[in-house]
Amino acid sequence: MTSILTCTFKNLPSTSEWALRFSMRPLSCSSQLRAAPAAQTKSKKTLAKPNMRNIVVVDGVRIPFLLSGTFYKDLMPHDLARAALTGLLHRTSLPKEVVDYLIFGTVIQEVKTSNVAREAALGAGFSDRTPAHTVTMACISANQAMTTGVGLIASGQCDVVVAGGVELMSDVPIRHSRKMRKMMLDFNKAKTMGQRLSLISKFRLNFLAPELPAVAEFSTSETMGHSADRLAAAFAISRLEQDEYALRSHSLAKKAQDEGLLSDVVPFKVPGKDTVTKDNGIRPSSLEQMAKLKPAFIKPYGTVTAANSSFLTDGASAMLIMAEEKALAMGYKPKAYLRDFVYVSQDPKDQLLLGPAYATPKVLEKAGLTMNDLDAFEFHEAFSGQILANLKAMDSDWFAQNYMAGKTKVGPPPLEKFNTWGGSLSLGHPFGATGCRLVMAAANRLQRDGGQYGLVAACAAGGQGHAMIVEAYPK
Amino acid sequence: MVASRAIGSLRHFTASRTFRSPGYICRNFTRSSALLARTHINYGVKGNVAVIRINSPNSKVNTLNKELHTELVEVMNEIWASDQIRSAVLISSKPGCFIAGADINMLAGCKTSQEVVQISQEGQKIFEKLEKSTKPIVAAISGSCLGGGLELAISCHYRIATKDKKTVLGAPEVLLGILPGAGGTQRLPKMVGIPAAFDMMLTGRNIRADKAKKMGLVDQLVEPLGPGIKPPEERTIEYLEEVAVTFAKGLADKKISAKRDKGLVEKLTSYAMTIPFVRQQVYKKVEEKVQKQTKGLYPAPLKIIDVVKTGIEQGSDAGYLYESQKFGELAMTKESKALMGLYHSQVQCKRNRFGAPQKDVKHLAILGAGLMGAGIAQVSVDKGLKTVLKDATLAGLDRGQQQVFKGLNDKVKKKALTSFERDSIFSNLTGQLDYQGFEKADMVIEAVFEDLNLKHKVLKEVEAVIPDRCVFASNTSALPINKIAAVSKRPEKVIGMHYFSPVDKMQLLEIITTEKTSKDTTASAATVGLKQGKVVIVVKDGPGFYTTRCLAPMMSEVMRILQEGVGPKKLDSLTTGFGFPVGAATLMDEVGVDVAHHVSEDLGKAFGERFGGGSVELLKQMVSKGFLGRKSGKGFYIYEKGVKSKNLNSDMDSILASLKVPPKPDVSSDEDVQYRLVTRFVNEAVMCLQEGILATPAEGDIGAVFGLGFPPCLGGPFRFVDLYGAQKVVDRLRKYEAAYGKQFSPCQLLIDHANSPNKKFYQ
Repeated sequence: MTSILTCTFKNLPSTSEWALRFSMRPLSCSSQLRAAPAAQTKSKKTLAKPNMRNIVVVDGVRIPFLLSGTFYKDLMPHDLARAALTGLLHRTSLPKEVVDYLIFGTVIQEVKTSNVAREAALGAGFSDRTPAHTVTMACISANQAMTTGVGLIASGQCDVVVAGGVELMSDVPIRHSRKMRKMMLDFNKAKTMGQRLSLISKFRLNFLAPELPAVAEFSTSETMGHSADRLAAAFAISRLEQDEYALRSHSLAKKAQDEGLLSDVVPFKVPGKDTVTKDNGIRPSSLEQMAKLKPAFIKPYGTVTAANSSFLTDGASAMLIMAEEKALAMGYKPKAYLRDFVYVSQDPKDQLLLGPAYATPKVLEKAGLTMNDLDAFEFHEAFSGQILANLKAMDSDWFAQNYMAGKTKVGPPPLEKFNTWGGSLSLGHPFGATGCRLVMAAANRLQRDGGQYGLVAACAAGGQGHAMIVEAYPK
Repeated sequence: MVASRAIGSLRHFTASRTFRSPGYICRNFTRSSALLARTHINYGVKGNVAVIRINSPNSKVNTLNKELHTELVEVMNEIWASDQIRSAVLISSKPGCFIAGADINMLAGCKTSQEVVQISQEGQKIFEKLEKSTKPIVAAISGSCLGGGLELAISCHYRIATKDKKTVLGAPEVLLGILPGAGGTQRLPKMVGIPAAFDMMLTGRNIRADKAKKMGLVDQLVEPLGPGIKPPEERTIEYLEEVAVTFAKGLADKKISAKRDKGLVEKLTSYAMTIPFVRQQVYKKVEEKVQKQTKGLYPAPLKIIDVVKTGIEQGSDAGYLYESQKFGELAMTKESKALMGLYHSQVQCKRNRFGAPQKDVKHLAILGAGLMGAGIAQVSVDKGLKTVLKDATLAGLDRGQQQVFKGLNDKVKKKALTSFERDSIFSNLTGQLDYQGFEKADMVIEAVFEDLNLKHKVLKEVEAVIPDRCVFASNTSALPINKIAAVSKRPEKVIGMHYFSPVDKMQLLEIITTEKTSKDTTASAATVGLKQGKVVIVVKDGPGFYTTRCLAPMMSEVMRILQEGVGPKKLDSLTTGFGFPVGAATLMDEVGVDVAHHVSEDLGKAFGERFGGGSVELLKQMVSKGFLGRKSGKGFYIYEKGVKSKNLNSDMDSILASLKVPPKPDVSSDEDVQYRLVTRFVNEAVMCLQEGILATPAEGDIGAVFGLGFPPCLGGPFRFVDLYGAQKVVDRLRKYEAAYGKQFSPCQLLIDHANSPNKKFYQ
């Protein structure tokens, strides 16, 4: 019953505001009237599925993404997450007690707050009766948080879920070496003075060498930048092309920031410091300046540099996801529907960052859409070379034939619809938080510029990837 | 961007080349211009960089031969003459191979050492011109860069290599009984330092690209690429070329220096090498070590030391001259002929002569997780075979699985594998105590205890659970396969696969076919063996097959010699002095005295008097006293953990004394003792060929050298007869026959060869 109602509802864009105010029941009668206005050229008028709950994004926010080691450097991850949560509460005027569940994504875990979702929720004043868990899936951790929420709502377990992500790269867990740890643990167990002394006698100075969190892929021991450089070479992408793309990202981000389009950003009063209001990594430079940089990974002849890679970022994001009927019942005007999504994975060595190229055709096929149906693309930009490689892969029949089970190419997204408000290269990329930013950027762009379907796609360490269709909520 | 555009233009390269020198083969003309396509080398110009591509026709590898040499000279002359070209890149069009080495047949075809000297000098000349070229030359290396290929690469000004497992650099000439004859002995020490150069040239080992970078053998590494818009291998070569072109330009513009920053250790070493006294000490040390290891049986390593020394102490002119002369001498030695013959036979035995089996073996099951079973499992899982290891007891299974893990983990420690690769390889192994999953098995290899009844029991059990297509292979060293197959419901699927211990180190696999074994079964076994990286010989069934049968009479002679009062230590030094890698008494300890006893009784029954000699009583008494060799801690020697030097087992004295026989003085000189052992071995091997157990002499040589440690410098029993002379072998045998009787009677085939001197096993 509900699904019929919502289905009807969503196809009545002109009346939706009205519907918000008067709840939805009166609308069911007008089901024959819809048909006309919205999307005439689309393969599908909506991605709503019979007997499935519609899931909406009411709104989403993020604190400003800052370069690591800058303004947030003395905080802890749950501080950032908490700021995002309070920002969300403020933005949506959400009564905390209606939240059924919280999920956060994070990558480099602070060991003290390993379930950072719970710590942040408690600190943000959510009910201590609201359970929370933390997920990790490298750069698509927040995507995983959102889709986990989608699953909870779709299966009827929850109605209101807050999903988000957080990353604080200003501080990472640097551990004692395994030998030192073992010694310390054994020391705890040692009962007699003799045992303790004999343990101490085994101490060697090299025990003190610290163990840094791995920057390299565990399975291949290759750093991501190195892999990106090889990927760019495999797709014959030049240094200049990469620098040009990075410059584009920074310029578009700057423009969006100046025009006030980045409305998902909420100000954050940093304890003991000033209020931060905007991202600080957006720095449009010139191609000449960028050309001077030395390769960062494959030296001395590689093409990936600091200027055409995403930088280490601190930040957090949060998003309110609800069953549509619940949102409407509470009087919300949602921004978008979360529709079909896929996760993909490939060879972590040679295709580490090709997730979007695999996920895009797959999610389109699943949703029954074509590239032409999409009005906004929001792809995670890990590296210029990675984005360009994915675009080339999508444009290559050879690649589709040989690596995607003999299919024909899906075609590249048109650049005028692609990351037009900047991307991870310029806005920054707090690993665990980027997913929500991508979805909110797609939703906000559709709301502002019109259009029905947006595509969010991202790659992640481990050779994984994700793509999701975001459908604009009718105005 | 620039680079990729340039590549595009290069691919459409149609610039005309009017220069034409006599003597090269012209394959085809393009219709549009006077472009000449050479057969081995092509070059195009990219900006002001000449890209020279090597591509030997109709072959998987590039080899340095006369045609390639001539074309290289031509091309280089054009490049040097051109005003437009400022630098050059040398690259192979074949993804897995830069240049695999000089053409061995070219050397084998030479009748006199003078001809060989000339080949060497021609090589030296062109490489010297390359080295002295004012236009910098960059070698872009992907795949094997060995022998002459390495010498070419090190005469270039800069080397860039792909960091691929296939990319290996090395100077393996010593393994063929020769030396690097195109300037390698002179350039290598300057490039990597004297100690490292000796190591490379004296061991002939392959060096991986990353190691080569550390040593200073290559200047830059290029990572292999994954899939992009074309096949990875193709694109990687293209990328290597792009990078090499960038460096060639940089070198020509003097923006990049070909000089390398040396590390502290390297600097210290090279400083130390400037002191004549230190150098002398190094030569002395290396010479001593070589003497100790080769027992003077291999001339090449000593000559290499001499040549390097000459170059360093007397200047390169003298060095080059000496190099070419010694190269010529070595190529004419018996040793190098034996080693090259062995190389050819090995190549043959690495080829699949039986075609692809109807069903590819993907699921392998191994019965018995002992030393052999686990060893077989180890060489299977790392080739991607899904392998079940089954044992009767959990303790046995644990031990076996640990052996496989340890084998892989040792590779991790040596950095040949990553820990992740180890884990993922290890996941191919399933350990179990029951027959679960055997319905999927394509092949079962049993490696249970050598007992016919047990093998019968296992065969029946397995046949009840495996599918019809499944091959049953028995890993036995002496039990005839037809006897094992006697209880089989489908004898056409039963075959012998005789591995050698330790399986991960020993290269040989002896496959044994019975009258009933089907061709497809043989093809399956050979394919699996080759996949496991083995050198495969296929022999007919019979007591002891080929390898064990050859070894048995020799071992019998060993016992007699011991009974005659030659001590185990003396015996060991006599056998290693002849070129065997392990002394005869030590070998017995390693194999296990009980096994030797078992085999000698079995074969003694089968072959009767011919296998007699020493008294079986010796082994019997040793077994009864528990002197089983290394595994029991005592045999001829005493084995203790942590003790390296071997001490004689004094308890053996009484046994040997009680069985003592008087030696026969005219056949008991050291040399006679050695030849008594070897001629019995050789005679039995020839008899195996005569009886059709062996199909070819090549397989006989490979089996003897790789399975039993027959001296490689002799090239195997058949090569030995060819080089030593059949008549001389027969004369020896007759002499010993007079002293001991039938055991030394030469077989008919050997007599035939002695009677007609033109008859050779290798034509």
